[in-house]
Amino acid sequence: MQTHNAKRVAVIIEAVMQSRLTDAMENAGVTGYSILPVLAGGGRSGNWSREGQIGRGQGMVQVICIIAPDKLDDLLNKAFAVVEKHIGVISVSDCEVLRAERF
Amino acid sequence: MEGMLALAADNLLSPIILFFALGVLAAFARSDLSIPEAIAKGMSIYLLFAIGFKGGAAVADNGIDSTLILSLVAGLVLSFAIPMVAFALLRVMTGLSVVDAAAVAGHYGSISIVTFVAATSVVQGAGLDSEGYMVAVAAVMEAPAILSALWLIARFDKGAAQMDAGLMREILLNGSIVLLVGSFLIGVITGAEGLDLIAPFIVTPFQGVLCLFLLDMGLVAGRGLREARGVLKPGLFLFGVVMPVVGSAFGLLAGVLLGLSPGGVVLFMTLSASASYIAVPAAMRVALPEANPSIYLTLSLGVTFPFNLTLGIPLYLAVASFVTGG
Repeated sequence: MQTHNAKRVAVIIEAVMQSRLTDAMENAGVTGYSILPVLAGGGRSGNWSREGQIGRGQGMVQVICIIAPDKLDDLLNKAFAVVEKHIGVISVSDCEVLRAERF
Repeated sequence: MEGMLALAADNLLSPIILFFALGVLAAFARSDLSIPEAIAKGMSIYLLFAIGFKGGAAVADNGIDSTLILSLVAGLVLSFAIPMVAFALLRVMTGLSVVDAAAVAGHYGSISIVTFVAATSVVQGAGLDSEGYMVAVAAVMEAPAILSALWLIARFDKGAAQMDAGLMREILLNGSIVLLVGSFLIGVITGAEGLDLIAPFIVTPFQGVLCLFLLDMGLVAGRGLREARGVLKPGLFLFGVVMPVVGSAFGLLAGVLLGLSPGGVVLFMTLSASASYIAVPAAMRVALPEANPSIYLTLSLGVTFPFNLTLGIPLYLAVASFVTGG
């Protein structure tokens, strides 16, 4: 089957910044994304877990999108402007999709 | 004095405070006891709905007067002013940076609605009347402290805060405020008849749900304390205990000057003494990402919240009863 190259961008970010990030992604021409809850983790800021979290101020989410390679730079610039001062990780990986016109 | 101590001791042995203590002890003992997240959220929705509606129905019953308006204004002023006092105390008592001190100060000008609900229950248990509109005062006191914290940053750290357009809308329209104010207004509109209709749902089960919710809050506070040993320097811990007492003095002054009932004075003291751990932390993560969240969360949730529930509210009740003669 014919496949097409695309980029998969995954951003782990604080839950309070979720809507700001997705707004930035939409501004960069992203037409679709998925948001996953992050259960627990650890890093430079220490360990944390969703267990016992009582407000939006503490949780993390992962926002994933798949885009055409020519949109990548613009997306990274706009996403990084949101993540820069906050706890978060942006990763980019190559992937293949079947319906290129959707991305 | 003996009567005050006896009253305080009685309230220490109320079911809500004992269930909270059970949660703290279970967390310290590393028990696997936990309340599922969805149930905890459902209980908080229930409590906000019930307390808002009952407050509104009480206002409908008693009518709206000038004291109500003045109480709202006093709440607004206190929420702006208390962070200034907290900031000065933090700079004197601890070695916190300007950014961290301002972030912590913002939490202390705002309120903890769970502490307020617990205080309402204790006031009722003590047989005291209180003004139903204190629910509206609680809602008014939630957000101004955030602006005070950002002003402190702009004043002492030359503008490290980031106030974006969406932040104020998020603060003012956060789910707790919408539900509390909305239920209050529906209570005002429907009055005693509306309350009679849903009383079996929001009056009879209220204390039981509150006990279970405070068990969960005890678990949360206990876990927070357990994990925050490295954060809690003596000066910070002392601030977490001293600041609610200082805040309660402002509430006492406001309540007495306004001529509130003894129960109303207790609630005003509790509102002024409590620290936010839901709305303000979220706002601070957006506006002040440089501030260390473990400091303000540990202080508000791990120190001041348990202090208020176990010692603070009984103390405020005893002091308000003594001062007002209630």
